[in-house]
Amino acid sequence: MAEFFNEMYEAGQIRAPYARLGDWTEAMPAELRSLKQAEAEALFRRIGITFAVYGEGGDPDRLIPFDMFPRVFTHAEWRRLERGIVQRAKALNAFLVDVYNRGEIVRAGRIPAHLVYRNEAFETAVVGFTPPRGVFSHIVGVDLVRTGPDDFFVLEDNCRTPSGVSYMLENREIMMRLFPALFRENRIEPVDGYSEALRRTLASVAPAKCDGEPTIVILTPGPLNSAYYEHSFLADLMGVELVEGQDLFVEGEHVWMRTTRGPQRVDVIYRRIDDAFIDPLCSRPDSMLGVPGLMDVYRSGGVTIASAPGAGVADDKAVYTFVPEMIRFYLGEEPILQNVPTWQCAKRDDLKYVLEHLAELVVKEVHGSGGYGMLVGPKSTAEQVEAFRERIIANPANYIAQPTLALSACPTFVDEGIAPRHVDLRPYCLVGDRVELVPGGLTRVALTEGSLVVNSSQGGGVKDTWVLAE
Amino acid sequence: MLSRTAENLYWIARYMERAEKTARLLEVGARISLMPGAAHGYRSEWDSILRASGMAECFARKYGDPVQRNVESYLFFDLDNPSSIASCIGQARENGRVVRTALTTQVWDALNTAYQELKELARTERSDLPLSMLTDWTLRHGAQLRGAIDATQLRNDNYDFLHLGYFLERADNTARLLDVKYFVLLPRVEFVGSGLDNYQWTTLLRALSAHRAFHWAYGGEVTAAKIAHFLILNPQCPRSLLTCIAGMSDHLDRLARGYQRSTNVQSRARAILGELSELSVDDIFDEGMHEFLTRFIGDVGGLAGLVNDIYLSGDMR
Repeated sequence: MAEFFNEMYEAGQIRAPYARLGDWTEAMPAELRSLKQAEAEALFRRIGITFAVYGEGGDPDRLIPFDMFPRVFTHAEWRRLERGIVQRAKALNAFLVDVYNRGEIVRAGRIPAHLVYRNEAFETAVVGFTPPRGVFSHIVGVDLVRTGPDDFFVLEDNCRTPSGVSYMLENREIMMRLFPALFRENRIEPVDGYSEALRRTLASVAPAKCDGEPTIVILTPGPLNSAYYEHSFLADLMGVELVEGQDLFVEGEHVWMRTTRGPQRVDVIYRRIDDAFIDPLCSRPDSMLGVPGLMDVYRSGGVTIASAPGAGVADDKAVYTFVPEMIRFYLGEEPILQNVPTWQCAKRDDLKYVLEHLAELVVKEVHGSGGYGMLVGPKSTAEQVEAFRERIIANPANYIAQPTLALSACPTFVDEGIAPRHVDLRPYCLVGDRVELVPGGLTRVALTEGSLVVNSSQGGGVKDTWVLAE
Repeated sequence: MLSRTAENLYWIARYMERAEKTARLLEVGARISLMPGAAHGYRSEWDSILRASGMAECFARKYGDPVQRNVESYLFFDLDNPSSIASCIGQARENGRVVRTALTTQVWDALNTAYQELKELARTERSDLPLSMLTDWTLRHGAQLRGAIDATQLRNDNYDFLHLGYFLERADNTARLLDVKYFVLLPRVEFVGSGLDNYQWTTLLRALSAHRAFHWAYGGEVTAAKIAHFLILNPQCPRSLLTCIAGMSDHLDRLARGYQRSTNVQSRARAILGELSELSVDDIFDEGMHEFLTRFIGDVGGLAGLVNDIYLSGDMR
């Protein structure tokens, strides 16, 4: 793993997008740097942007580490990413509409039926139902990694409720406050149009029964959720109510929220709770998070739920392998962004290969997330590899494997000064009456030297992500 | 506005006011324990304080005899005590966190700073924390929060629900403190009018931060009648029952105007206000202070119930 692409330096030269950052770091002595770092931390604390890690207990008010060294894309690099992501988001939504209706792609033999219909995330309650404008996934978070100047790979798609966009926005706010001069010298495309674009997207998918300006709400599991800050942040920016299940009720053909003026009709629900919790009458009767009867109103066109129930069938790690097929099938285009080659442990031949090459591969659970339950072969001890081998053999269908990619690295402030650290990228694509994304995204960085795991739950940090204007 | 948001705002104010009440009670206890003769077979002043806070039994189960240091711990730091200052500030901050976007940065800062400093205090050696410092600290943070609310919050329904919480809790607290003085602190009825009696009245005034204000308003000798007038009927006193009910009625009327809808909570508040305005101190003593206060506390509870049914449950049709 010695060889990796450094996004700032190539053959000893500074690459064009980072041209002005060389002087910037030279002009910053260590004292100024720690001063700025302390200032950044104080700002984050003051804003209240903190991150609770699932299953770790500990301090719920923990800060996610913020690295001040920005990650930069040229205009041309970004335009290509943008086209690739928009293409992907369109194909994923076309796939969702298809599998809940005629299932043409399955009939055509382009994807195995059991991967779709026997998928845990396949929602039988919405079979035959097409949401407004044919959009199931209104916010698609596409996780990308880079291995070379022009080599980007999609690691996974997040079609349900991708989080982290508040960091994209806050990281930029904080960078602009700390280093205004940088923003004068570099022409950086703004990202602060995101909340307005999100509001417009949600309004554009209002249900048929909504006449006039739709009432939008964000549905949160509550303040104990690790992404609660983001929920309240987005509600505030969009000027919509942040509701919990207990604030909503179903009466007649509509969903209502309890307000101090009495019940008010709700047209679009941007839900940040999982499918299983949306309506206790449909799935988990023990759930206190959802709204009884919500699914009935949804299916009769009384309310729009974003992301739509059932969207998860498009983003699991087994279906992921077939996204390039979806792009060819529905759009008649060649994929602009590549998938990472993936071995399905459910297949006998693939399993054999995976077990033989375990020490070189990254192995993930099909339904896992957050960097949990995964093996990074080259970074693991022989005992860890063997322990994982047994888990795979016990339940092969639960695992997929990918080659260990030489993730690109970006200069990062560390104790010793500045050093390259591996990064990934999550842009957020909005799908409504149009398909668009703001120029930027969330760059996550693995702060430990050599580490490839960027998840915030595993000690990763975040960076501001710049797209330079033309 | 979401009913739940209104409820959270209302409880931020109630909890902060309640924390202040607990601090005032601690101050009363500390002052009374300094007076001579406390050991003459009277009921212990700290026991009285616990009774006033309604926590005597829970305290006895946990600590046994009411020793000052334990009472301090129980009323200030103990999270098992839902009315302790630490519990109240924690609850107020939690309510604030949930409705963070309904609060200005300054208001959130005031709440959050109190909470963060409290965690610091809990880690500090107790011998470095004299009681007076703890009560001052509590009152100071209460004042900072009210100041931030007044200086920065929009005058919309958020503001009204915050103030409904403040006035409601304050009315209840003043009534209960008065009741404690009258019913619990004095060991036997023959002490009425004694030096002990007057000392306690004065202490009560101090606990309500109203000692100087009282003298400005009345001058001369401290008598039960003057104090009762001051704390119940005087519209100049910021904690008098009349002021609190007038404040509630005012904010309820603002809500009714804003929502273009008047309900029976407005008429009920006006009725209580009307009755208080007509009363004289003699009427109160004729009815019996304890009887009057019990009835008043019931009235305030009734108002709280109506506010809850009409605005906080979201079921108004």
